[in-house]
Amino acid sequence: MMEKMIFGRYVPGESLLHRMDPRSKLIIVFLFVIVVFIANNVPTYAVLAAYTFLMVGLSRIPLRFLYGGLKPVFLLVFFTFLLHIFMTKEGPIILELGWLKIYEEGLRQGIFISLRFLLLILVTSLLTLTTTPIEITDGLETLLNPLKKWKFPVHELALMMSISLRFIPTLMQETDKIMKAQTARGVEYNSGPVKERIKAIIPLLIPLFISSFKRAEELAVAMEARGYKGGEGRTKYRQLAWGMVDTAMLLFLGAVTVLLFVLRG
Amino acid sequence: MSKPLVTIDGVSFSYEGQQTPALKNITFDILEGEWLAIVGHNGSGKSTLAKLLNGLQFPQQGKIAVCGTELTEATVWEVRKNVGMVFQNPDNQFVGTTVRDDVAFGLENHGVPREIMVERVQTSLDKVQMGTFLNQEPHHLSGGQKQRVAIAGVIALQPAIIILDEATSMLDPRGRAEVIATVRELKDREHITVISITHDLEEAAKADRVIVMNKGELYREGTPEQIFEMDEELVQLGLDIPFPVKMSKLLRHKGVELTKTHLTEEELVTELWTSHSKM
Repeated sequence: MMEKMIFGRYVPGESLLHRMDPRSKLIIVFLFVIVVFIANNVPTYAVLAAYTFLMVGLSRIPLRFLYGGLKPVFLLVFFTFLLHIFMTKEGPIILELGWLKIYEEGLRQGIFISLRFLLLILVTSLLTLTTTPIEITDGLETLLNPLKKWKFPVHELALMMSISLRFIPTLMQETDKIMKAQTARGVEYNSGPVKERIKAIIPLLIPLFISSFKRAEELAVAMEARGYKGGEGRTKYRQLAWGMVDTAMLLFLGAVTVLLFVLRG
Repeated sequence: MSKPLVTIDGVSFSYEGQQTPALKNITFDILEGEWLAIVGHNGSGKSTLAKLLNGLQFPQQGKIAVCGTELTEATVWEVRKNVGMVFQNPDNQFVGTTVRDDVAFGLENHGVPREIMVERVQTSLDKVQMGTFLNQEPHHLSGGQKQRVAIAGVIALQPAIIILDEATSMLDPRGRAEVIATVRELKDREHITVISITHDLEEAAKADRVIVMNKGELYREGTPEQIFEMDEELVQLGLDIPFPVKMSKLLRHKGVELTKTHLTEEELVTELWTSHSKM
């Protein structure tokens, strides 16, 4: 289950989407989340779906992989569909099974909203699938830069994100080590009643917390020793490059938006 | 004799809320281009001394000058450029998400322009034989490799001094040997002064000069040979004498003639296997 999840996973590749600037990808995803709400009839949803599948194609991510990873999400989408189909009571009745009445508007809403949900998930997944977390952080840092004027701690936020990303695998390794150590001392993680299993997490979490605080302290000292004194006067090693593709992709989304407005019912 | 690069003059320091001072009236010089080992048991004040040299703490009494600049709140950033520090835990000093980002971190902090940064990241990694690991993530590296990246991060800033604060104590023997060999090479080629803070006397045996600390005081100073003469006294200070030194002494005791007390295994073995032909 966990290894199949695709949220926040990066799939290395050389596709068009992989090579795009993280800033343009972030802007496109942000705009897409808004643009999705323009659609309100069959042609507009068709355009949105076509756009999404074009992007999936451009990402060169195997469909089978995408499908496998999104499986748990389909359940959620299906649930949304059911919720709408039973909750909306407008338009003529199209099906009546005893006390259960399904209205035309309910079916319409159910299909549209679950489709909208699915497209949103696909597009946001494409962002994380084709962009490394550190690139996303860099992109966010540059995009949020203007907020510095209002004392928003952009640099600190980005540094915090990148340090968290860097320490995820380290903490995973540590969790594994502590688990083994506690198993050797008789703690059982994989068997016994649920209550016992939840209790078993405590001797795992406490050492993990203590060592994380210690790490944080040592890291802070090491950063200071290496001359870190906040974002002021700092240069950047990583550089983002905005290319023709990025402008083209943004314009393309613009064209899709215009088309959606034209087709909108 | 080379000129002193760091002067420590009557320095005392105590941590807040602690009765006994961590350092009591310490005075000594560190010479340009030397490898100085500061040894001592836990709580001897050796790590505190390292923190003072880098301005992570300031002494309550006395003065420290690095490369002719007195260390104060105002000069601390200037001094840190000259004094690089490698810490004990390889993981807890790795800031970047990849090797190249980590080496660049110090350069970014000091506002080095990007073009120079790119070049320095590559050359410093080459110097520690990690040049092919640019995009590697830290959890795929061994402890010794991480410490070498940390050293690269330090030398990228072209410091005059590197402080190794127990930098090899968490490594396996192979990682330890890698790190020591790397530092030795850098010292010889780049003329960097090395201060290694350790409780491992085997590591101290490779230094030019050794300072023994005990309970916040400077206990003894001398060449490794002189220091190992102390023998039982060192054991009482909680330090373990290296095996070749112990072996040399025992051999002498048994009546085997040796030219000197050997500090490394190679030296001892060489003398032993060539001893017969000399007779």
